[in-house]
Amino acid sequence: MRPLSRKATCNSHGQDSSYFLGWQEYEKRPYDAVRNPTGIIQMGLAENQLSFDLLESWLAANPDAASFKGNGESIFRELALFQDYHGLPAFKKALTEFMSEIRRNKVNFDPTNLVLTAGATSANETLIFCLAEEGEAFLLPTPYYPGFDRDLKWRTGAEIVPIECHSSNGFKITQAALDDAYEAAQKRNLRVKGVLITNPSNPLGTTLTREELNLLLNFVNAKDIHLISDEIYSGTVFNSPGFISVMEVVRDLKLENTDVWNQVHIVYSLSKDLGLPGFRVGAIYSNNDAVVSAATKMSSFGLISSQTQYLLSALLSDKNFTKNYIKENQRRLRRRQEMLVNGLRNVGIECLQSNAGLFCWVDMRHLMSSNTFEGEMELWKKILYDVRLNISAGGSCHCSEPGWFRVCFSNMTEDTLNLSMQRLKNFVNSMNSSSSQSHHQRMKNSRRRSLTKWVLRLSFSDREPEER
Amino acid sequence: MANLSKLATNDGHGENSPYFDGWKAYDENPYHPINNPNGVIQMGLAENQLSFDLIQEWIQKNPKASICTKEGIFSFKDIAIFQDYHGLPEFRHAMVKFMGQVRGDRVTFDPNRIVMGGGATGASEILMFCLADPGDAFLVPSPSYPAFDRDLRWRTRLQLIPVPCSSANDFQLEREALEEAYKKAQQANIRVKGLILANPSNPLGTLMSKDALTTLVSFINEKNIHLVCDEIYSATIFHQPEFVSISEVIQDPNVVCNKDLIHIIYSLSKDMGLPGFRVGIVYSYNDAVVACARKMSSFGLVSSQTQHLLALMLSDKEFVARYLEENAKRLAKRHMLFTKGLEEVGISCLRSNAGLFVWMDLRRLLSEPTLEGEMKLWRIIINDVKLNVSPGSSFHCCEPGWFRVCFANMDDHTMEVALQRIQSFVDQKNESLVKSEVLVIKDNKRRQKSLCLNFTASRLDESVNMSTRVMSPHSPLASLANGSNQDLNRTHQGLK
Repeated sequence: MRPLSRKATCNSHGQDSSYFLGWQEYEKRPYDAVRNPTGIIQMGLAENQLSFDLLESWLAANPDAASFKGNGESIFRELALFQDYHGLPAFKKALTEFMSEIRRNKVNFDPTNLVLTAGATSANETLIFCLAEEGEAFLLPTPYYPGFDRDLKWRTGAEIVPIECHSSNGFKITQAALDDAYEAAQKRNLRVKGVLITNPSNPLGTTLTREELNLLLNFVNAKDIHLISDEIYSGTVFNSPGFISVMEVVRDLKLENTDVWNQVHIVYSLSKDLGLPGFRVGAIYSNNDAVVSAATKMSSFGLISSQTQYLLSALLSDKNFTKNYIKENQRRLRRRQEMLVNGLRNVGIECLQSNAGLFCWVDMRHLMSSNTFEGEMELWKKILYDVRLNISAGGSCHCSEPGWFRVCFSNMTEDTLNLSMQRLKNFVNSMNSSSSQSHHQRMKNSRRRSLTKWVLRLSFSDREPEER
Repeated sequence: MANLSKLATNDGHGENSPYFDGWKAYDENPYHPINNPNGVIQMGLAENQLSFDLIQEWIQKNPKASICTKEGIFSFKDIAIFQDYHGLPEFRHAMVKFMGQVRGDRVTFDPNRIVMGGGATGASEILMFCLADPGDAFLVPSPSYPAFDRDLRWRTRLQLIPVPCSSANDFQLEREALEEAYKKAQQANIRVKGLILANPSNPLGTLMSKDALTTLVSFINEKNIHLVCDEIYSATIFHQPEFVSISEVIQDPNVVCNKDLIHIIYSLSKDMGLPGFRVGIVYSYNDAVVACARKMSSFGLVSSQTQHLLALMLSDKEFVARYLEENAKRLAKRHMLFTKGLEEVGISCLRSNAGLFVWMDLRRLLSEPTLEGEMKLWRIIINDVKLNVSPGSSFHCCEPGWFRVCFANMDDHTMEVALQRIQSFVDQKNESLVKSEVLVIKDNKRRQKSLCLNFTASRLDESVNMSTRVMSPHSPLASLANGSNQDLNRTHQGLK
């Protein structure tokens, strides 16, 4: 008899992909300015480390939130006992208001429709458990966050069918791509239960356009399926066009009294916008009472620590703080993104134009030795082992075209970012000179051949072009 | 309209059971010494509220343990970013120190085998996902924790097979019962993957002896099935005999055991009274299970803020020693007060030396020794006596008339009020029992028939075959939270 479960012995956890392998290599030789200056620079981790000082100064000014005190009295006991899966009401209120603020108050959220979970990881899995049977499928636009393979499929038994997006139109979602994906699922005998989008997109760093959102809403309406919108990067939009939440479009299209109202669900988290992944704060928002009810019960398997709920409810209830934080954080992200984009441009590398996220979607197709995923892996390994940068290969994000890479910019200091650009510059220059060498060599060979052809005709020989 | 999954719409969450009436009654009319002295007293929630002052004192003396105080804020950034599913090394080390200390340092645990889960709830589910496939079964000695039905079966799609224990031998687990349950499963073509039990027991409050554990180990080894020991009450022992952990048994050279089959669930919700912090632990002796469970822990990691706090607290050996001793004393006192008070009115409890509750024997108060009789008595206790206690059938107990009553989730005064109510109720019942017995005797003398109890096997079967209708132990009703939330809400208005 098999000793462990199938889930324990298969690799649906997805951790054999290069996304995680790069991480592991980084762990072995991590860069440190002082202790390991030639170590690997981590550019594969989408963390927001730019605005901790703002959080720390708020904490310094609000000691009560820190020390289990409210109104000067200890509330330790109440917090220690609080395990109600409905969540701390003050926290849910503050969180929904924060979500509204990020959406420029174009959407109002009702705290009773919010379900708290241990991170977006848990939120996404819980939603799939609520919406799909084992073997049913969700359609996801590619490229997508590698962790979805684990979060959406592993324990739920659900399937993912890609909605292929291409660089030819900036990786936007098209009607044709949606239809193709649906058809592909049918061919595999998979019943489609919904579409899951990430908006702003990971790994693209772009916000979905209104047209794309309209397209998606029409599609899920026509197919009578669900739409999950993972909006965990919504607070990282630093440039126009601004962020449009799917919920905003639902209201704009006046779909409140239609079935679609009950079929659109949002996932949120504080891991990216506030840079607090350690605190495990995730949430599901839905107008569908049955979903809220089922998800709430399931959240028992991953509730948020009460002391964390309490701290964050105090933080997010401070509207002066949140207003300033959102604005300043976005300003810093924009600056960083510009640094990376310009740094790459200086070595002839372009990025997909982006206005959000903690990373850029970088076009390195011209640096591959062959336009294949093997070529991409070869390049990725060179960048990991020789250039000593851990970036994420597009293949691990299920991109249909090789040569694209996700490079993070907000999880390091400015100096480290500059160093990474320097290393890349050296690498690209050396590639250029060796490729011009090999180009030169090819030219030499072909000249030799023509020389041989001509020597019979001419009485003098050509001089070799000078080496560059 | 697009529908939801079966999981989302079935009863697997266990909350549609009739036992919810107890929660509802409390919720609608919660006892408060000043504002609502005639309200329902909550005795269905196994919480340890006796030793908060000790923890609070420690926190006040150790501001560095919080990442938000001026003493601790230098750690804020590193902790806030830390989402590694291995967990903070200092947290894992503190955890094994604590678990070792609870077991009198008779065992040393390996910090690399510590895996986090979202409370014991999340930890148990993770283990099931690792050990069994949909349709597989786990044996569960009964009476057992009601929420096992949800935690172990709902999303994992496993089956649970009860192994009934009876009062005839103080509900001890018998090898014959195990063999019987295993055989029946085989005959029904159900694949048994393991056995799970809580030791100390919930709801019994009793411990398994070393011999009993050794027998258990021999059983699972022979059948080559897993053994999951839920030891979340390990630090609630308040009298002899001492707790013997499965970890001690398997390190005994005389005990033959494939260690790959042994797994422990732990939590701080009962021993430390910190259910709100969601600290669940999977500890497995099986490397593949540790690796798999660790990946799955992504779905329920412990907040790094909490890991950090506990890393410091639990590695303070002196504090832990004081806490364990004082906590045990307070539990002992409470237990004694309560059981003595019950004895005064002729109510006995299963002899126990651990846990946050007693297993109360109300069989003689049943109008009939059946499930219906138990339910009837239970409704009277909720609605008339105004105590929310938990009926034995919610724990899959096969004998009607037993009730789990919690004693550590209230202050001394409330405990006294609860005892008084029980005492007056029993006194009244005694009177009416005597009256009805007198009538019956008179009647019998006339008819010359003998008294007999309608205690048939078929009625026992009814309760055993009861479906999975159990009560959620998590007080899920929103208004329950409102009591404490009002205080918490007020404090936020006071902050900037």
